[in-house]
Amino acid sequence: MDYFIELLFGGLTRGSIYALIALGYTMVYGIIGLINFAHGEIYMIGAFTSFIIATVLSIYGFPLLAIVVIAGLAATVWSSAYGFTVEKLAYRPLRKAPRLAPLISAIGMSIFLQNYVLLAQTSDFLPFPALIPEFAFMEPVAHIVGSSDLVILITTTLVMIGLTFLIKFTKIGKAMRATAQDKTMAVLVGINVDRVISATFIIGSALAAIGGLLIASHIGQINFYIGFIAGIKAFTAAVLGGVGSIPGAVLGSLVLGLTESFATGYVSSDYEDVFAFSLLVLILIFKPSGLLGKAETKKV
Amino acid sequence: MFPVKELKRSLLISLWFAFLTFPIMVIKVDPIERTVIWRWDNLFFVALGSFVISILAKVYLLRKERRAGRKKVKKELTEPFVQRILREPRFLFPLSFAVLTFALLFPALFSTYQTNIMTTALMYVVLGLGLNIVVGVAGLLDLGYVAFYAVGAYSYALLNMHFGMGFWAVLPIGGLLAAILGILLGFPVLRLRGDYLAIVTLGFGEIIRLILENWNTFSQGPSGIANIARPGFFGMQMSFDAGITYIYYIVVALVIFTIFVVNRLQDSRLGRAWLALREDEIACEAMGIDRTKTKLIAFSLGAFWAGLVGVIFAAKTTFVNPASFTFLESAIILSIVVLGGMGSIVGVIFGALILILMPEYLRALSEYRMLAFGGILVVMMVFKPNGIISNVRRSYRFKKHPSKEVIEP
Amino acid sequence: MSEAILNVKGLTKNFGGIKAIDNVDLDIKLGEIVALIGPNGAGKTTFFNCLTGIYTPSAGDITLCHPESGKETRLNGMKPNKITEEGMARTFQNIRLFPTMSVLENVMIGRHCRTKSFIPGAIFRGPATRREEEEIVNVSYEILEKVGLEKQVNEEARNLPYGAQRRLEIARALATEPFLLLLDEPAAGMNPNETEALVGLIRKICKEGHSILLIEHDMKLVMSLSDRIFVMDYGRKIAKGTPEEVRSNPAVIKAYLGEDVDA
Repeated sequence: MDYFIELLFGGLTRGSIYALIALGYTMVYGIIGLINFAHGEIYMIGAFTSFIIATVLSIYGFPLLAIVVIAGLAATVWSSAYGFTVEKLAYRPLRKAPRLAPLISAIGMSIFLQNYVLLAQTSDFLPFPALIPEFAFMEPVAHIVGSSDLVILITTTLVMIGLTFLIKFTKIGKAMRATAQDKTMAVLVGINVDRVISATFIIGSALAAIGGLLIASHIGQINFYIGFIAGIKAFTAAVLGGVGSIPGAVLGSLVLGLTESFATGYVSSDYEDVFAFSLLVLILIFKPSGLLGKAETKKV
Repeated sequence: MFPVKELKRSLLISLWFAFLTFPIMVIKVDPIERTVIWRWDNLFFVALGSFVISILAKVYLLRKERRAGRKKVKKELTEPFVQRILREPRFLFPLSFAVLTFALLFPALFSTYQTNIMTTALMYVVLGLGLNIVVGVAGLLDLGYVAFYAVGAYSYALLNMHFGMGFWAVLPIGGLLAAILGILLGFPVLRLRGDYLAIVTLGFGEIIRLILENWNTFSQGPSGIANIARPGFFGMQMSFDAGITYIYYIVVALVIFTIFVVNRLQDSRLGRAWLALREDEIACEAMGIDRTKTKLIAFSLGAFWAGLVGVIFAAKTTFVNPASFTFLESAIILSIVVLGGMGSIVGVIFGALILILMPEYLRALSEYRMLAFGGILVVMMVFKPNGIISNVRRSYRFKKHPSKEVIEP
Repeated sequence: MSEAILNVKGLTKNFGGIKAIDNVDLDIKLGEIVALIGPNGAGKTTFFNCLTGIYTPSAGDITLCHPESGKETRLNGMKPNKITEEGMARTFQNIRLFPTMSVLENVMIGRHCRTKSFIPGAIFRGPATRREEEEIVNVSYEILEKVGLEKQVNEEARNLPYGAQRRLEIARALATEPFLLLLDEPAAGMNPNETEALVGLIRKICKEGHSILLIEHDMKLVMSLSDRIFVMDYGRKIAKGTPEEVRSNPAVIKAYLGEDVDA
């Protein structure tokens, strides 16, 4: 039973990290219909930035709380800046181009950013400082649920609530929803679509940065390549839930995280990613628009 | 002259990039020794670099605008130079002949090393042409194309290892196995719409790679299969150099075969159905085209070529392992198709030669070459989103209706 | 009813809880021009989509009877391409041409289901395939002459003016050799001259042996063209008959002009 609970929490933790990244994919897809392949790299840059800042601060002897706050802020700020810049450079000029052009541009951007970090930093795995302390009150259950699991779950929940609030009630959130539904109409009612798209990239990147920070301190190491596989998994999760749908991205991520956790725990750890993709294929065969995606009604 | 406003803009851009790249370019920490290196010189280079590039980009855009303005005054309907050559048989035939001669003489003119690289590039030409059927012509976004390539490579590696089967026997088998796999995969997933199809094929490519990596008893896992036989030529023993030249000619033959077949397919009843499918699926069905069947054919034909090239790849390198079949490979092949110009055979050939030869000749840049590759993909797409060469429009000869001709002399 | 080539009985289509079509009967006889009219949102296009296999009906029967062989086919649940093969083709209300293909190629696509060359044929291009290709091109061109688009054969479909695009849709549907042609608002967006030419074209097509079912809002066109008219409102059939009968039917007038007419 302990093992089951351990896997359950492992899956939820994993799922909530996927969710943080998947939201960026799904929001961007919802608004400009692009699979933003560079999004995984944004997440990686978030993890790297927090790694660099946190290590520097800890070398200069800052207290842990200050390190966590500053590194978290830095990761969010820089990831957002990268997301914003990538969109401006690589996607905005292609707004009216054929469908595949931005996709190739995104793949190019992903390769570029990976190698940029590789060259500017290193290809080695780097030990990530433990930003999340082991809480004393978690002691009795620590062998099943770690403190970082708890922190990740709580943080993700708070972020999700914040995001829901942002999208439901703020002006930019409403503009985002309007743009996602009908770009032309949004322009006609006076929404600055360019700004909405930028905002989407910024918000998505910030979420990915938080995910990057959390996972890096959870696993304890990073390298330049972590963005790729996490990105693909997160996109898988987004599609699983129904791409374009925000609750779908969260649900898909949790389903994916749990499946992976239980499958690796009970079946075999070699085929972790195979389970993930097989699940995706299976679900899409039976529900072609994902778990929460709207079934497409053909308009003729 | 260059307006001051633009200079200010470029200055802002360079400041932005200095800020953007600050943590990653400037700070380098050693978490074990607990030391920090501040590389302020990098900040300077980034700022200077982005300043210069932004000015150059602006100048280019201004020029383009001015040229576009002038062109409108003249006539807009000037066909691109390349298009004109491709359309006119009297240019096209001598040109193809020259290219073919050059291709045939290549091993004699250049070193073994160069020939080897050219072989690789030509293999990607075939891969690109195969994927072009799927993506460029039929409009199905396949991000897991490398899976079929892997199937071809491993079918030769395994059949050769276990049963000692030769290259020529496995070549069609590899192609067919890939095509069959294409049908098996295509059947459930081809009804998914565009981007769902993309991610499923991507997942499928990864599944194949992971199985090859983990199923040790079947594929010998990550260490791969070595000592695969090179292609035989009536049982003749060949030197290493001759072997490379021989494979080169096999690939040249395959390229010619592929171009011939793909060209004929595109220009047929089936090819038109693919194009129509890309444009409007619902209208296609209403015109009596079986959507699933037509897509399946495109998908498995594309897979067939990947399988063929896979077999050749295994024979060429005499070694296969799962690391050769990552998503990056699929991405490169897709980039060849899109960069060259979707649906255009000549475009794909150019795309493959550029993208594959470029990193080889960028070796001078050594570790910067993948960085450059990524950057160039972005820049190419931004400036030429339709690809280098767009498809040549086909014209048809038809009989005018006799009765009409009488009425309208 | 033996001569009816299309027989629709009790056709119903639900979307969730909404009955978009409720128990509608309709029949078309050989050589007829039949119109289906009704206010916006009456369910006409949904009705078309059920007939042509884009939607699967919730209840009811659709039978197509081939005028020559007399073979009866139940269309419910058949795929759209099969239905086209059976001899019923359609056009779309919001034009769905293949925008970057040429006008000729658009019509050539229509020949797809009447030809059969396949991969080997395409590669080896034997005499049979070449003959077939020639036939495809010539038949397509002939159809384009018929609808008056022979001067634009090589233009891209998206560059045609609106009226011409509508005619191209008809040409493309004709290329599938239908004995029954369904036209979804063929005159929408046309100017009076174009509409008049269209009436001539539809008459000509009908004379050549294609029966026609059309949805239309242009009453003048409907009244002058149709042999019989079916009227739908709120998913139900409210009237049928000759143009004169329908014109004076109080239920129809009510549907079009609102409740107050009776009072």
